[in-house]
This record gives sequence, C-alpha cells and structure tokens, in this order.
Amino acid sequence: MSQKPEKLIDKKGLRLDGRKPEELRSIKIQVGILPNADGSAYIQQGKNKILAGVYGPREMHPKHLALPDRTVLRCRYHMAPFSVQERKSPAPSRRDIELSKVIREALEPSIFLEYYPRTGIDIFVEILQADGGTRCASITAASLALADAGIPMRDLVVACAAGKADDTIVLDLMDTEDKKGGADVPVALMPNLNAITLLQMDGILTFEEFEKAVNLALKGCREIYTMQKEALKAKYESVKEVEE
Amino acid sequence: MSSIIARVKQKQILDLIANGKRLDGRGLKDYREIKVEQGLIERAEGSARVLLGKTEIIAGTKIEIGKPFSDTPNEGVLTVNAELVPLASPTFEPGPPKEDSIELARVVDRGIRESKAIDFKKLCIKPGKKVFVVFVDVYVLNHDGNLIDASALAALAALLNTKMLNYEIEEDEVKIKPGYTPLHVSKHPIAITFAKINDKLIVDPWLEEEQTMDARLTMTIDDDENVCAIQKGGSGYFTPKQVLEAAKTAMEKADEIRKKLNW
Amino acid sequence: MSTFFESRQLVAPGDLLAEGTYVAGENTYKENNKIYASRLGLVQYEDKNVNVVALKAFYIPKLGDTVIGTIVEVGFSGWTLDISSPYLAILRASEVLSRPFRPQENELSKVLDVGDLVIAKIIAYDRAHDPRLTVGEPGLGKITRGQIVKMTPTKIPRVIGRKGSMVSMIKQETGCHIILGQNGVILITGKNLEDEQLAMMALRKIECESHTSGLTDRIAQMIKKEKAKQKEELNSESKT
Repeated sequence: MSQKPEKLIDKKGLRLDGRKPEELRSIKIQVGILPNADGSAYIQQGKNKILAGVYGPREMHPKHLALPDRTVLRCRYHMAPFSVQERKSPAPSRRDIELSKVIREALEPSIFLEYYPRTGIDIFVEILQADGGTRCASITAASLALADAGIPMRDLVVACAAGKADDTIVLDLMDTEDKKGGADVPVALMPNLNAITLLQMDGILTFEEFEKAVNLALKGCREIYTMQKEALKAKYESVKEVEE
Repeated sequence: MSSIIARVKQKQILDLIANGKRLDGRGLKDYREIKVEQGLIERAEGSARVLLGKTEIIAGTKIEIGKPFSDTPNEGVLTVNAELVPLASPTFEPGPPKEDSIELARVVDRGIRESKAIDFKKLCIKPGKKVFVVFVDVYVLNHDGNLIDASALAALAALLNTKMLNYEIEEDEVKIKPGYTPLHVSKHPIAITFAKINDKLIVDPWLEEEQTMDARLTMTIDDDENVCAIQKGGSGYFTPKQVLEAAKTAMEKADEIRKKLNW
Repeated sequence: MSTFFESRQLVAPGDLLAEGTYVAGENTYKENNKIYASRLGLVQYEDKNVNVVALKAFYIPKLGDTVIGTIVEVGFSGWTLDISSPYLAILRASEVLSRPFRPQENELSKVLDVGDLVIAKIIAYDRAHDPRLTVGEPGLGKITRGQIVKMTPTKIPRVIGRKGSMVSMIKQETGCHIILGQNGVILITGKNLEDEQLAMMALRKIECESHTSGLTDRIAQMIKKEKAKQKEELNSESKT
C-alpha cells in the first residue's frame, strides 16, 4: 500500500481522468425505462450507473404509517454488491441509511405532499456501479423518475458536488478525488426556485474556499438541469408532428 | 421527530420570530446555557455530560485493541454511535438505531474526523496488525431540541477526558503497564445548528422550534475557522445566500463557545 | 404581464409559464405572481388561464365520475375496488343488493367476486375517506364481456374528441360500443373479437399520438386500412 500522496492534478492543471477543474464528467440520462414502475430514470455519470424507480402515490403499507393530511415519501438508497471494488454486503449499511434520509429530504420540498393524503410515494435508487458522487446522481435521476410518474412537483431537483483536490476547487469529484481530496461538498438544487435542498460537506475548507465550492456546485447543477429537461422531453418527442 | 405541536403555539413561535424574537426570550443568535461535566463514569476511559438548556447528553469512550482497516493499516479507528434512549422522549422507541440516530452519530463523527482532532497514526500499535479502536457512545438522556450540537460537545468533551492505558509490546503481545496517558486531541470542532423558521435563521433550536422549523443546517467549525462538516436536514430548503450567512455566523458562535468552555 | 412559452409547447415541472395577473389552471401553481408548471405536458394559454395538459397523470376521484374498476377484496358489508387511482374504492352491499342485506345469509362473493370488472359511479369522496361507489343506475354494474384498455386519464378528453367526434368515429368504423371511464379505463364491446381489437388498436394509437394534430382523420384512415386488409385476408382464405 503506497504511502506517498498521489497528485490529483498534474502540471498541466488536468485531473486524473483528463478533465479540467470545472468540467463535469460525461453524463447520459434516459427517462421511463422501467415498464412496471410508475416512473423511472437511468443516469450514467462518469463510471456511475444508477437506476431510479418510483411507485405511487399509492395506498400506504403498513397502513398505520399513513398520514391524514399528506403523502408519506419513502426513499431507499441501495448499492449492488458488485457496484464497488470490494464486494459490498447487500444489507443496508449506516451510510446507506443516512443517504436514504438525505436524498429523501432533498426531494421532499419539490413535491406537493398535501395533494394526496393517506398515500405513500416510494423512491428506489439502485447503484449498479459507483465512482463517487452517487448521492448527487441519485437525486438527479430520482427527480426525473418522479416527474415521469406524473407526480405534481414545484420544480425538478438536480444535484452536483464540488470539492478540493490538491489545492484546487474542482467540480464533480470521482471516487479517488473524494477519498484523497481535501473536501467534498454535495449540493442539490431546485433550479427555478433557487432553493438548496441538500447540502453536506466533509473535509476542511476556509470560508472563501467553501463559497467557491458552493458556487461551483450550483453552476454544475444548472448545467445538469438542462440535460434533465432534454431527457424528459426526448421521451415524448419521438412522434413527429403532422400538419392538419 | 413527528410530535404534534399545537397550532396556536406554532403560530406564536412564527410570529415572534418574524419580529426577531423567540419564545424563551433569546435572540436569534443566542445559545441556551451550556454546562459540561467530565469524568463522571469511572468505568469508561473518558466521559462527559452536557446540558444544553434542558437537552441532556452523556457520552462515554471505551478503548479496545483491534485490527486496522485494510486501506489504512497504520491508523487507529474511531467509531461513533448514538442512542436515542426511549426515556429521553415520548417519541423515541426501543429497537435498533433508526435513521435519526444514525444521522446524529455520523454528523458527530464527521466533525471529529474531518477536523483531524485525533491523529490516528498515533493510535497505531503494530502496523497492519494492532491498533487502538476508540469507541465513542453518545447517549441522549433528554430531548429538548438540538441533539446534534449537544452530542458533538459531549463527544468532544469525552474524548478530551479520555485516558489511554500505557502499554509495551513484548514478543508480539501487548502488555499493559501501570499509568495513563491522556488521548491526544489537537482540535476542538464545534457543531453549530441553525433552524429556518419563517425564512429566518435561528441558532440552537429547542424542541418546539424544531417542531415548527422548515429545515435545519448544521456546520462544524474547527479552531482555525475552517468548515469541517455540514449537514442539511429536514424537508425544507435554504437559499445560497442563507448558506453563506450561516457559515459566517457559525464561525462566530463556535469561537464563542470554545472561549466559554476554555477549549 | 408576460408569458414565456408558446401554446402547445412542451414544459417541465418548475418551468415559469407566466408572470402577472394570470390564473393558475390545471397542472400549474402560482407563487408570488408567477405561474409555474407542476407536471410535464403541453402548455395552453387561454385568455387569462394558464394550464398544462399533462402527458401523464393518475386519476383522482371526483364526485359523479363514471369509473371502471376491478374487485380486489370481498368484505363483510361490501367490496373494495382498484380504480387505477392512488385510492381504493368502496362499493357497499346496500348499493348493489336491492333487498335488505344480512351478512350471515348473503354471500357477497356470489354477487361480485375478486377479479370481476364493474362500471360504477362515485357518490362520495373527500380527503379523509376513500371514494364510495354505486352501481344503482342504468348502465352500471358487472361487466360480462368486452375488452379493457387502460390509459392515463388525461388522454380521455382526446379519445372523446371535439364534441365527441373521435369516439363517435371509432364507434362507427368498428361497430363497437365504447364506455369511457373517467379513471382512464375504457370498455370496448363489439360483435366479434376482430372489431374489438380494431378499436383497441385505434385507442392505443390515440394514446401515443395524443399530443399531435389531425389525429381524428389519421385514426379513421388507419381503421379503414386495417378493415380493408382484414377483408382481403378473408377473401384470400376463402379462395384457398
């Protein structure tokens, strides 16, 4: 095991995967790919491969957990055992449970919960392959799955992380940068309302670095948002308009 | 937490905060009284009791010898666990840890770990084979709001109070020698939690403010005014401006608290 | 006072549709004088009304609606139905049986059993209770034959067409009887399976192309072509 610190940014200012500091990984999004789920979306971001499915609003099971005046949102973030280098046990880890909670809390503000009392909406996120930034990509996919399910929303939710690699503030960290870098700041945003619904951070940042990281993450969010909208519309533009 | 707060009370809190006031007379940026007591559990290697207003937390540390993780063979291990003990609140139920206690433990852990308060290399006994494992167990005894800040204080105070047994290695065996060495803790990360109510940010929400708030934002700040950990919680949102404002306020309050506790 | 899209443009949740003294219609919401879309769909500006025709939505019960549902549970005093909605619906025995109902004597499953299809009407619904149904009106009751087509309820108006033009055309061309449930469930009963399948094909095409124009004519043409094809196949079969 090498003890020498690996340089994350080379002399030309490029990262380990050739990206510039403020560059996103390559992203591909598809909506409505699971026939049984009420809504679904698939996202590939760098080496991340993530599937999100939504069921609901539907009758709540178990019934006693239903709320009289609103819908109950449940979210499960789960990693496939083969998604990471060392096989991960399929049982939910403490990290899985925390991520399920913060992802749910990132999506909740976008949904009109009061519209469907006594029902439940279930969001399932499966990480098929992980390479850093899975909670952000999960939120981006899950929000599209909710929209695909026809659930009324205030806005889409899009997420992206920024952080520190060596001494540079970088956008969209991959796993090596997250593990070896100085900080990781995942952010989720409702773009039209300019509302931050997920914000976490680990590492060490001065106020100025933190401000730079947050602004860079928000910029990344807005870039990914245009891709979200394109993916939503692509599903419905497959039939050409015929003139009357 | 899903305790129902009377609508009348909720309105009271909302109206007062709109005018910059709080139900218990505090200002928007005032903490409740903080009391820290250390060393109360002799069986533990370190312990502390924190009272933040009426919120009461006890944290205890236990040190064991174990194997290091495969990707950090020269480093000791820190494990933080939190228990929302049923007697602390009518809303806590017995059973395995649920998402709230897991989130609490992980946020407290993050603040300590990321601020590098503990030098894990100093906890190495035999590289790749034996290291010290530091268990920090946070016990919530009374829930009156802002469990995160109180738990972080209790965990840190317990670590500051922790004594390691002296040892020497004899033929691959760890032999305990008489005497103690205090655990070396070089930083004092402080968690500052904000609640957003009526679009205003208040620090240190007590229980009824928590039941009224839209969302919460915790920022852990180290001795050099760096941000080490952040956690947004709850189903509301913050504007970018509010986030940066909170960071500045958190740095002020963390310094204040460190001064008050002589850390 | 401004609008930000053109009528019939595709909009996503959160898109700002209009600002000023407009009225927030279907699948939109208003905040601070701004109207945003809440569902993916085609925006429509009609005078001061801004609404979105959603591409996908689910059925929320409304008093007086005719719905087609499936019995999923037989209880002691009634049945529970799946009406393709987030809410299950209740059909009380008293709404079905004309004479007084005695649970020990009358076995409800003999009247309606799990899996039966029913056309019913919603007689009660509020936020605190599941919708209640009745079959006590003419045209309602158990379905004994026909084909079922399910689609998102927002497309039912398209199936009806302007002044009923679309659905009447299909009925005429296929000779089938068509009942449209407001919950997006459609019952087709024809003289034979081929006619029913023709109607089903037409409905599926409407579902896919509901956001395009000139649909009624295209569907009519498609049906005519299919019928001609079927006739040819029959002729060639009878020749051999």
